[in-house]
Amino acid sequence: MTELTNLTVAEIRDGHRAGDFSAVEVAEAFNANVAGAKALNAFIVETPEHALAAAKQADADRAAGTLKPLSGVPIGMKDLFATNGVQTTAASHMLEGFVPRYESTVSQKLWDAGCGMLGKLNLDQFAMGSSNETSYFGNVISPWKRNDGGNAALAPGGSSGGSSSAIAARLCPAATGTDTGGSIRQPAAFTGISGIKPTYGRCSRWGIVAFASSLDQAGPMARDVRDCAIMLENMAGFDPKDATSLDMAVPNWEAALSSDLKGKTVGIPKEYRLDGIDPDIDAMWDAGIAMLKDAGAEVVEISLPHTKYALPAYYIIAPAEASSNLARYDGVRYGLRDLPQGAGLQDMYAATRAEGFGPEVKRRIMIGTYVLSAGFYDAYYTQAQKVRTLIARDFEQAFASCDVILAPTAPSAAFGLGEKMADPLAMYLNDVFAVPASLAGLPAMSVPAALNREGLPLGLQIIGKAFDEQGVLNAGLAIEERAGFTARAEKWW
Amino acid sequence: MAIDQATVRKIASLARIAISDAEAAAMEGELNGILGWVEQLGEVDVTGVEPMTAVIPNTLRLRDDVVDADPLTGGNRRDDVLANAPAPQHGFFGVPKVIE
Amino acid sequence: MTDYRIKGETGEWEVVIGLEVHAQITTNAKLFSGAATAFGAEPNTQVSLVDAAMPGMLPVPNRECIRQAVRTGMAIEAEINKWSRFDRKNYFYADLPQGYQISQLYHPLVGEGSLTIEADEKAGIPQAKRIGIERIHVEQDAGKLMHDQHPTMSYVDLNRSGVALMEIVSRPDMRSPAEAGAYVRKLRSILRYVGSCDGNMEEGSMRADVNVSVRKPGDEFGTRTETKNVNSVRFVMAVIEGEAKRQVELIESGGTVVQETRLYDPDRNETRSMRSKEDAHDYRYFPDPDLLPLILDDDFLAECRASLPELPDAKRARYLSEGISAYNADVLTAEVEAARWFDTLLEAGAKPVAAANWVTSELFGALNRLGRDISDSPVSPAQAAELLGLVADGTISGTIAKAVFEKMLETGDGAAAIVEREGLKQTSDTGAIEAEIAKVLAANADKVEQYKGGKEALFGFFVGQTMKAMQGKANPQVVNELLKKALG
Ligand SMILES: [Mg+2]
Ligand SMILES: [Zn+2]
Repeated sequence: MTELTNLTVAEIRDGHRAGDFSAVEVAEAFNANVAGAKALNAFIVETPEHALAAAKQADADRAAGTLKPLSGVPIGMKDLFATNGVQTTAASHMLEGFVPRYESTVSQKLWDAGCGMLGKLNLDQFAMGSSNETSYFGNVISPWKRNDGGNAALAPGGSSGGSSSAIAARLCPAATGTDTGGSIRQPAAFTGISGIKPTYGRCSRWGIVAFASSLDQAGPMARDVRDCAIMLENMAGFDPKDATSLDMAVPNWEAALSSDLKGKTVGIPKEYRLDGIDPDIDAMWDAGIAMLKDAGAEVVEISLPHTKYALPAYYIIAPAEASSNLARYDGVRYGLRDLPQGAGLQDMYAATRAEGFGPEVKRRIMIGTYVLSAGFYDAYYTQAQKVRTLIARDFEQAFASCDVILAPTAPSAAFGLGEKMADPLAMYLNDVFAVPASLAGLPAMSVPAALNREGLPLGLQIIGKAFDEQGVLNAGLAIEERAGFTARAEKWW
Repeated sequence: MAIDQATVRKIASLARIAISDAEAAAMEGELNGILGWVEQLGEVDVTGVEPMTAVIPNTLRLRDDVVDADPLTGGNRRDDVLANAPAPQHGFFGVPKVIE
Repeated sequence: MTDYRIKGETGEWEVVIGLEVHAQITTNAKLFSGAATAFGAEPNTQVSLVDAAMPGMLPVPNRECIRQAVRTGMAIEAEINKWSRFDRKNYFYADLPQGYQISQLYHPLVGEGSLTIEADEKAGIPQAKRIGIERIHVEQDAGKLMHDQHPTMSYVDLNRSGVALMEIVSRPDMRSPAEAGAYVRKLRSILRYVGSCDGNMEEGSMRADVNVSVRKPGDEFGTRTETKNVNSVRFVMAVIEGEAKRQVELIESGGTVVQETRLYDPDRNETRSMRSKEDAHDYRYFPDPDLLPLILDDDFLAECRASLPELPDAKRARYLSEGISAYNADVLTAEVEAARWFDTLLEAGAKPVAAANWVTSELFGALNRLGRDISDSPVSPAQAAELLGLVADGTISGTIAKAVFEKMLETGDGAAAIVEREGLKQTSDTGAIEAEIAKVLAANADKVEQYKGGKEALFGFFVGQTMKAMQGKANPQVVNELLKKALG
């Protein structure tokens, strides 16, 4: 029998349904992998008992003939989702020890679908980062190594780096991620897995620790496109508790998967051809174009003229929203309280927030506070929101002549831990290809497409029209089938 | 618009983040780097462009005026609300004494 | 014109007043959560995860809050903005769990409107005056801090946190404490008519931020101060009086008024600077990204308008047109309950003028004596209509009516039944009355002489005597006629 932890979500689901193995066996196998992978630091909290309990229920349900869509599938939960009775930290000191008495809508949907939880996955603190180096609970290490014989620890990407690392290392078949400016797609690309950020509003934000409300979207990360479709079907859906939730039926994405792209047009944005970019990235992109043509699609060049301004607009809007969203962490109702001798209320706030937030979080709160402050609001924030309108308009115009857009996910492969930490701007540039779709709220996914010269995975990004996750998944599938990406990190942990 | 250390301290105070002089000095450079970079947005001609209000066409839904219809958004759960409080006091949240 | 002026050493000063009234919207649930809004609950029991600003919590607006604010806007004939949105006002305080208040700065729900305060000579308002209302926006209330329960701690209760408020912002159109008082009373009256706020100032359902500045008449506006959370009409007036005087004295002694937030201490009847709230406020308002723009459709607006009751000004005009005195019309329309009671009385067939006189004197007098509100009046409008009907058709006299009303209050019985039982029916039987008149005139021959000699004032005496002899049950008009004939 194949090792259970090598199975995909679909294979586990179907195998369990067919009686090839029990859910408890699956849970135990993954629990063992989780327990044996401390070196990756992918989990903040491990919850083997949760996974086992769900597995026992799944086995009972199979016996009773009451199987649920994801019975028997254990998953990882990014520690940005509030989980009832299980510590939820957003990888911050601020929320260390915080145990919510409520469950996020998305995680609840997954439990209702029969999933079990292997643990809470590490991430960049408050989802702010692109390398998983800002977690209070330590860096997540990518399972991948360069093929140069060196042993440099690599970044799994961020902010969903615990999710990407755990999936790539077979610690879980799938996991939740959240994407504000690339936090699902970029870590997926860095670790050779798939991930999709759906249209803004598809997944409820209720119970997800907020970073930037107008950008945050939950989505699945898994090993292949089908698994992403299956997971997304069980995460998405209208939620009356989220005023920005889309009141639309969830399509049956898995059933409609098709890699036949005849009659489809793929747009290639010329502005994404950056000067001086890694030639491996360009080569992968060209190969991707060929694959989509091979799948029957027509390929056209498109223009997204404001691409250059997406990242700076993002670095005004996201910190502005974050500076306000994170004001609730004040040491009054939950989380850390730092009360120096004789301190008053306002001193307590300042001390608590100085102690509870890491440097990157502080940096973004400071930027956000500044751009919203009196006299600067229009020059920064209003201008950025106008540019955002232009960026969305660019996509709208581009989609008049194409169905999906193909681009690289990130401008480089995974970098070494510590390599970019000294320069925040260099770190921010990682999301240059990911951020435009976030600003426009569009569905976008990353699929692994190639290895670079150093033997590290590279991802291709497909961006779709609003609500057209199906088009994105189908194009992703066409690439997946043709790229034949089977590489995996050799176990060293 | 370069910011100085006094401005850094003012922002930190607005954001209620205590910072040392050394941190203020370090942040001055970082923030100026980032702000200088985002200021390229000023180049974009936005004449007649409205700032974005909703990223995906969607209208604001309104709720019915019903108490505790959903326990997740209703009241009557003081224990849950106070469960993680650093200084719960007889059903209240305790904070250092405030002089108004 | 009797303009309100403060006499300073350098001459007369005019006071300029603007009010920001926070009115709690009458709803079952909070503005953005399903927690209850009832007054006086145990601490932190009416708090949802949303109100406590737990991580990942999101606001969803309550339709009724929007509806009531729109109806209020319509009642002050304001522009209703079909496109509005919520903004965040960012600041840190222990009663503000999110670290921001969800409010509306850039695009409020309700735009420009106005209300009219009536002339009140006695109060120093020589003529009716329109007071501009700049806007009404919807926002969240904050929680409550208690400072006296622990030696080193303050206690936070979030029951009020997230309760819906309307902030009703006036133009700086008022020029005296009396005008400001009249404005608050009128606004309160309108809100209660509309049903959007219960107007209960003791429970904090309505409170005013009082903006005051002074200037020499004709000069530019001076610098204003804002005294926060003043919770009675009397205090609003006291704040203005005290603050205007303070500012005049300050300016005349060479100082300058600083724009600041002040707090009113009713015990000492003075305001003081609120240093704790003063430190460089920069609220960093921006559109709340958790909420989309609020777009109202025509059906919603039509329903809001259709559901509006007759408002105080219209009602007052109607009463005047029915011959009711201005004074009575004011008294009857001030409180919605009284107006509603009175209208029911009219619907039951009572004649407007007589009914107005009776309600404002007899009924209000009795309620006063009994310490009861009109909403729990022991006599119903139907019962009162019956009583007034008996007077109108001559069954009983006004005098008897007073006695019957007393009996009604005592026993709860109907007027007709009491009149019947006690034999109080008024008689127009000329024979019986003539017989009594004859007796009265015979017994007072001297006075008859005097009357005939020109002392006509004695006529009233004969009427009184005859009525007395008839035990009040004679029809006064008939008595008059017969007496005139007899004295001929
Ligand atoms: Mg105010
Ligand atoms: Zn207000």
